[in-house]
Amino acid sequence: MRATSTKGTGERMKPRRRNRATGGLIAVAAAALVAVSIIPSAASAGRVNGGLTAPEANSPVPSSVGKTEGHLNLIAWEGYAQPEWVKPFQAATGCKVNTKYAGSSSEMVSLMANGGGGQYDLVSASGDADLRLIYGGDVKPINISLIPSWKNFQPFLQAPSFNTIAGKHYGVSFEFGPNVLLYSTKTFKTAPSSWSVLYDKKYAGQITVPDNPIQIADAALYLSKTEPKLGITDPYELTQPQFNATVALLKSEHPLIKKYWDLASQEISLFQSGTTVVGAAWPYQTNTLVAAGAKVAETIPSQGATGWADTWMLATRAPDPNCAYKWMQWMTTPQIQAEDAISFGETPANKLACPIMDKLQKGSCAAYHANAPASYFQTIKFWKTPLATCDNGKNDCVPFQDWVTAWTQIIG
Amino acid sequence: MSMTAIREDRSGKGTARISAALWRRAWLRATLTLTPPLAWFLVIYVASLVLMLITAFWTVNPFTNVLEHSWTFANFNQLFTATYTTIIVRTVEMAAIVTVTDAIIALPFAYYMARVASPRGRRALFTAVLLPLWASYLARVYAWIVILQKGGTLSWTTQKLGLGAVNIGYTNTAMWVVFSYIWLPFMIVPLYGALERIPDSLLEASGDLGARSWRTLRSVVLPLALPGIIAGSIFTFSLTLGDFITPLLVGGASSEFIGNVIYSNIGTANNLPFAATLALVPIVIMVIYLLGARALGAFESL
Repeated sequence: MRATSTKGTGERMKPRRRNRATGGLIAVAAAALVAVSIIPSAASAGRVNGGLTAPEANSPVPSSVGKTEGHLNLIAWEGYAQPEWVKPFQAATGCKVNTKYAGSSSEMVSLMANGGGGQYDLVSASGDADLRLIYGGDVKPINISLIPSWKNFQPFLQAPSFNTIAGKHYGVSFEFGPNVLLYSTKTFKTAPSSWSVLYDKKYAGQITVPDNPIQIADAALYLSKTEPKLGITDPYELTQPQFNATVALLKSEHPLIKKYWDLASQEISLFQSGTTVVGAAWPYQTNTLVAAGAKVAETIPSQGATGWADTWMLATRAPDPNCAYKWMQWMTTPQIQAEDAISFGETPANKLACPIMDKLQKGSCAAYHANAPASYFQTIKFWKTPLATCDNGKNDCVPFQDWVTAWTQIIG
Repeated sequence: MSMTAIREDRSGKGTARISAALWRRAWLRATLTLTPPLAWFLVIYVASLVLMLITAFWTVNPFTNVLEHSWTFANFNQLFTATYTTIIVRTVEMAAIVTVTDAIIALPFAYYMARVASPRGRRALFTAVLLPLWASYLARVYAWIVILQKGGTLSWTTQKLGLGAVNIGYTNTAMWVVFSYIWLPFMIVPLYGALERIPDSLLEASGDLGARSWRTLRSVVLPLALPGIIAGSIFTFSLTLGDFITPLLVGGASSEFIGNVIYSNIGTANNLPFAATLALVPIVIMVIYLLGARALGAFESL
C-alpha cells in the first residue's frame, strides 16, 4: 500500500500485518480445499496431519555449521533486515545479505515455490503461511540444537504447532504479538473485561476493527466463551453451524462499526480524534497513541486474544545453508531480538531480550509484554490456517477461502 | 585533404539519396515513423489488456499460489454473486453522483470563466482550478480527513455558527464530497473549452429572436456545451470508477469499491485471475457509457 509510505516508518511496516493475514490466509485456506481433495491418497501415506504429509520430513539435517558461502538470500517482511543488524552480521560472518521484501504471506509462498527455486535461503514466514510451506515441501527441517538461543525461548515458541510437526522443527521462531482490545480511558474508567464491548449497541458508531478475514477468528474466540452451546474449541476450526453463528455475530456488528481499518495509522487517527472509543488493535497502536499523549489503554479481555508469530524457515533448496544457520543464530540473540522488537513493535521469542529492550528504550520490555508471565501467553490463540480438515479427524470445518468470501459479505 | 572532401561529398549525396527515396515512397516514410510508437502501443497497452482478459479465465493454485492455465468461468460466476454486485452497484452509483455533482458545479463556473471574466480574471481562475492538481492526491485526501472527521474543521465551523456538530467523516457522504472535489478540474477544463468556442453571434441571434436568458441557456448553450460535459464526465466517471484510495482512507464501514476488491485480491490474496475479472468490470461499464453517449449524439459535434 503506497499510501502508507508517506506516513513514516512506523506505519510503513505495520499495514503489512494485515496483508499477511488477509493474503496469506486466503490462499492457505484455499489450500484446505486441495487438502480435502487429496485426503484419500494422503491418509494412507504414513505421517498424516489434517490429511497432509510433509514431503521434506525425512530430509537430513546438518550436525554442525560448516564454512560459510559468502552470501545469503532472504525473503522477509520489510523491517526484518535493517542495516543495524545486517551490517554487523555481514562483518562477523562474511555472508553478504540480499533481501527480497514480500508484501503478503501469499507472496512469500509464491516466492518460495519449488523450495526457494535454488535462489532463496530463508523466509520470515508467519503462522498462516508456515503449514503451506511445510506441506508444499518448500522448507525443510533444521537442527534446532545449532541455534544456541533456542533454549532461552519462551516455552510456547520452542515447538509451536505451526512450525514444528512430529518433533521436526521447520525453522526457528522469531517474534510475535497479540491482537489487543484498545479503548479510550475517557469512556472506560476501568478496562473492559470482555470483547462484548465490540458488539455493544451502546458504542454504535464508535467501534473500529481490522479489515481482515482473520477477524472472524476473534469473533469465534469470543463466542467460544460466551456461547458454549456452539461447542467452539478452536477459533480457527469452525464447523459450518459455528461459522454461520460467528458470521451472523459479525454482521450484527456491522452497523455499529465506524470503520474497518486497513492501516495502523487510520486506527491511530480514529482514536486521536475521538471518533472511535474502542476497537481491536496491535500493541503498536497503543504505544504510538500513548506516546502521543492520547487517553487510551489496551487490554486482553477474559476470553483471550488472537495473535501472530513469525518463523525463519529454511528453503528446501537453499544454496547457502551455512550462512542461513548463521543468520538464524544471529537473529535469535538477545541483542538483535531486542533491537527488532523495538524497531518493529513486537515481542521477542528470546526471554533474555527483556533487559536489553529496557536499555534501548525504557519500559519497552513491559510495553511489549516481553516479561509477561506464562499465563499471559496462554491467553493468545496464534494465527493458523483454517483448514477444512479439523484436528478432530472430521472434515467438516470451514476452509479459509470461505472465510474470505464471508468477510467480503460482512464488510461489503 | 582532397580525399576527405570527396568522402564528405559522397556521404552528403548518400543522405540526399535516402531522403529522396523516402520522399518517393510515402508508405515507407509512414512505416518508419509509425512503427516505434505503434509497437509500443501494441505491446504496452493492447497486449497487457488482452493478457488481463485471458488471465480472468484462469485460476490460482490455492496451495502453491502459482497461476493455473486451465480455462474456467468460475471467476465470472463469483463476480455475479450478491457480495460483488452490491460493490459494483455502489461504485457505479458513486461515479454517477460525482459526475452529476461536478457537472452542476462546473457549468456556471466554466461559463463565467469563458464568457464573463476579464482575461486577467480568467487566468487567475484557471490557475485556481489547476492549482490543486499540482499537489499530491494523497495530501489532499488526508486534508479532507482532517476537515471532515469528528472535531474537524467542518464540525468546528458549524458549531461556531450554531448549527451543531456535523460528523460525516468516514461515511459515503464524505467519499462523495472528496471525490467531487478531487475530480472537479477534470470537468471544468473541457467544459470551459466547449463554452469558449460558442460564437457570440449565436447568443445574440437567440436574443434577437426573443429568447430570454433561460431559454438561450437551455436551447443554445447547453446543447453546444454537451460535448464538453461528456468529455468531462468521461474523466470524472472513469476516475471515480477506478479509485480505491479515497474509499480506503475516507470511506466508512460500507465503502468497499471495485478498486478495493481488486487491490486486496492482488496485494494480499495474490489472486490475479479474480482481480483481472474485476478489472474488466470498469472497462465494460465505460464501453457501455461511451456507446450511450454516442447514441445521445454527444460526439457528433466533436
